[in-house]
Amino acid sequence: METPAVHHGAMFDTSELVINMGPQHPSTHGVLRVVLRLDGEKVVDADVVIGYLHRGIEKLSENRNWTQIILLTDRMDYVAAATNNVGYCETVEKLMSIEVPRRARYIRTIMCELQRIASHCLWIGTHAMDIGAMTVFLYAFRERELILDLFEEMCGARLTYNSMRIGGLPLDLPPGWDKKVLQFCSIMDTKIDEYEELLTHNRIWLERTKGIGVISGADAVALGLSGPPLRGSGVPRDVRKDEPYAAYEEMQFDVPIGTAGDTYDRYLVRLEEFRQSLRIIRQATDGLPEGPIVGKVPRLIKPPAGETYHAIESPKGELGYFIVSDGKSTNPYRFRVRPPSFCNLQGLRPLIKGHLIADVVALIGSLDVVLGEVDR
Amino acid sequence: MIDHFVIPLVKILVVLNATLVAVTYMVLLERKVIAWAQSRLGPMRVGPYGILQPVADAIKLMIKEDITPVRADKWVFTAAPIISMVPALIVYAVIPFGPEVTIFGRKVALYITDVNVGLLYIVSVASVGVYGIILGGYASNSKFPLLASLRASAQLISYEVAVTLTLVSVILMAGSLSMVSIVRAQESSHLWYAFVQPLAFGIFIIGGLAETNRAPFDLPEAEQELTGGFHTEYSGMRFALFFLAEYANMIVVSSVATTLFLGGWLRPFPNVAMLGFLDFIPAWIWFLVKSFVFLYVFIWIRATLPRYRYDQLMRLGWKVLIPLAIANLVVTGIVKVLLL
Amino acid sequence: MAEDPKTPEPPAGPAAPAGPKAPGAEAAAAKPPAAKAAAPPAGPPDPPPPADMAVPSFIKTLEAAVPGSVAQVSYYLGDWTVIVPVTHLLEAARHLCDAADAGFDFCSDVTAIDWPPRAEGRFDVVYCLYSTRHRHRVRLKVKVGDVQPVPSVTGIWLAADWLEREVYDMFGVNVTGHPDRRRILMPDDWQGFPQRKDYPLEGPGELLMENPLDWLRLRQAREQADIE
Repeated sequence: METPAVHHGAMFDTSELVINMGPQHPSTHGVLRVVLRLDGEKVVDADVVIGYLHRGIEKLSENRNWTQIILLTDRMDYVAAATNNVGYCETVEKLMSIEVPRRARYIRTIMCELQRIASHCLWIGTHAMDIGAMTVFLYAFRERELILDLFEEMCGARLTYNSMRIGGLPLDLPPGWDKKVLQFCSIMDTKIDEYEELLTHNRIWLERTKGIGVISGADAVALGLSGPPLRGSGVPRDVRKDEPYAAYEEMQFDVPIGTAGDTYDRYLVRLEEFRQSLRIIRQATDGLPEGPIVGKVPRLIKPPAGETYHAIESPKGELGYFIVSDGKSTNPYRFRVRPPSFCNLQGLRPLIKGHLIADVVALIGSLDVVLGEVDR
Repeated sequence: MIDHFVIPLVKILVVLNATLVAVTYMVLLERKVIAWAQSRLGPMRVGPYGILQPVADAIKLMIKEDITPVRADKWVFTAAPIISMVPALIVYAVIPFGPEVTIFGRKVALYITDVNVGLLYIVSVASVGVYGIILGGYASNSKFPLLASLRASAQLISYEVAVTLTLVSVILMAGSLSMVSIVRAQESSHLWYAFVQPLAFGIFIIGGLAETNRAPFDLPEAEQELTGGFHTEYSGMRFALFFLAEYANMIVVSSVATTLFLGGWLRPFPNVAMLGFLDFIPAWIWFLVKSFVFLYVFIWIRATLPRYRYDQLMRLGWKVLIPLAIANLVVTGIVKVLLL
Repeated sequence: MAEDPKTPEPPAGPAAPAGPKAPGAEAAAAKPPAAKAAAPPAGPPDPPPPADMAVPSFIKTLEAAVPGSVAQVSYYLGDWTVIVPVTHLLEAARHLCDAADAGFDFCSDVTAIDWPPRAEGRFDVVYCLYSTRHRHRVRLKVKVGDVQPVPSVTGIWLAADWLEREVYDMFGVNVTGHPDRRRILMPDDWQGFPQRKDYPLEGPGELLMENPLDWLRLRQAREQADIE
């Protein structure tokens, strides 16, 4: 991989055109900059420039105590904030060997799966809108509103929830919340069929997504892709199945795997994940056990010295936390997030070569990146 | 004197004003229909149910600052939107809204004129509209609008071939280029040409969408495209003219489709006496209703379908539509010869 | 929770509740003490595996295949960590990726930790690996100094590309052999390495300007100089 020459002075190379898909662009899903080198309409090379949303969350965390960091984790993948919370809390619980009560684990599972649906709703809306089907955007956000309403009842916020604590949850569910969740599930089932009707067998959609950004399973693993981009290429890797956390061991669900590794397969994988998430939510809500919602947590959280890595399956892929504690201070010594969008976005450059400009937005949409997570 | 001067003038004024009002209200119609398709309401604030929205839009565009890029070619820059808009309006000279009616004792034809090469006139004038796009991109003196305008004009020219071929099939059926004769031919053959020439009808609709840069063929002007389209450097009234020219072209395509394929001003089943009670509805209302159906379908398609990539678009035009249109033409010709 | 670690540092008496602590003498020479006057930690505890836990086979084969690569094996809360000297890093990584019983084809994460007072190299570069075939994890650690070169593992796992760029950007770890070693999160011409422990949280003070216009002028001057 050679560095593309991004000269500020060279305006017109003889045969190649350098176009900047700038940080402000309607379809880069955030402040992402892609410098494309084009030969006519074909992309010869793409330099992905990130860092526009870098807020230094990792360094900030070294100056916050363990509970305050939950707030910061919200802001990374702000589309699916509860997932970040869950991942962080689980890592610290692993570090402190705290056992989370069963009810809390079930509720965490429900929230993670609701977040998965919300995140995929946003994904399908923006992906379809980038390719031109603007109605799906409005439909998907209508469903996302239902989920955000559920979360607002439970946590008080719509986007950044701060909804977990180390050892469990801060508050129990409001009464009647699980009935509302089940109602939502039945509504959502019909809506997924609506999206399918609009897109899955649509001739234009097929032409725009089939064969775009094909990557084989072995290449995807080597590139570090995770989540639907990896599963779309046929690799059966899902942290929920391989290294279960929260209540996933007790849930029955399937993990959709694609075959061709192109944008269309990633689309189908995520669409099926909608349905599987609904399945998990129904199981968890029906079987919600009674009990405490916080485990035995000391007043002052000071994990013993040591380091650990714990990964969960966020809607974007494998979200990992590598936390080092030095045992004496109330702040972590090192707080590292392994953002799935960061590693997936690496794949943009090798995948886009040879495609046309109009495919760049389709590919970015299919990798489903959230810049808050990429830049932290 | 009155027949040759005043009445055509009045007709021109009526048609021109109606068209301009219709074009501005097309903007509102599109926003409303797309909003309803997306389960929301659309503009609701200005006037009851948002009816005065076009007035607000027009005022906004007129009082916007008039920006001309520094090194742009000033005259061409100003002329390009006009060149885009004018052909869309003057096509209305030959579109028949209705047959001859009697108003205040005078026989007045509900069309401005009936040139006996009406269809040829329409096609040639509509081709001039492509100039506006090319000149708009060229005059902006910026590489992105230039490239985008060339792509847009290439798309328009390719689909014009397919559309013109379908029109030739219709001409073969009707035996005349004059718009009024085509409607009369549909009347006398008791069948709208949409049923006789379904393939030509389909190709005309698809080609019409591509001609007017409408979804799913609107890649050259979509915001997701890197280049902002040929109208990047335009703002204010000039941008409004480009914008309105697109809607005016859409209405032209709808009107031509109505005339050629849906029987123009004819009511459904004009020869069936039992439905004679429908005769109280004036012919021009039928014409407007049918045009409106087309416009609604165009907007509906925009709300629903994703857009084609540029190379797929060109492939569709050249490799699919043109051979089909030629085949249709050949078959029509053979059938005409054999049946005569 | 932690047993006495076999860290190379000379352990002085423990100075705080849990875990090994840095020697008091070193602390005085190192960075100014925190609010509680506690000494900065001198390194990760890296506890060895308990006696009844068998070392996994792939570590044994790694030791056999690449002699000298396994400097230390650590086990903590279910995770195995192998500490490897920098010189053997590439071979050990290649073995772990290719060997049949290891099969670590997925590089989850590459990150670094800064232990400033440590004598033998302040940075811990950690490679978190996962095997999709056997579904097990391992962490590979190397200890490097300020400018000590670390070979890049992008030849083995392409995933390490941006991850190593971030390690370089944030810590200044001298990654050699990287195909595209540029800053990734910070602007390209940034000076300093933000996540080092001696870098202030508020950012480099002298560049804080009173007025955003000054900053803009400075940048314009720099761009002018670039063009000329």
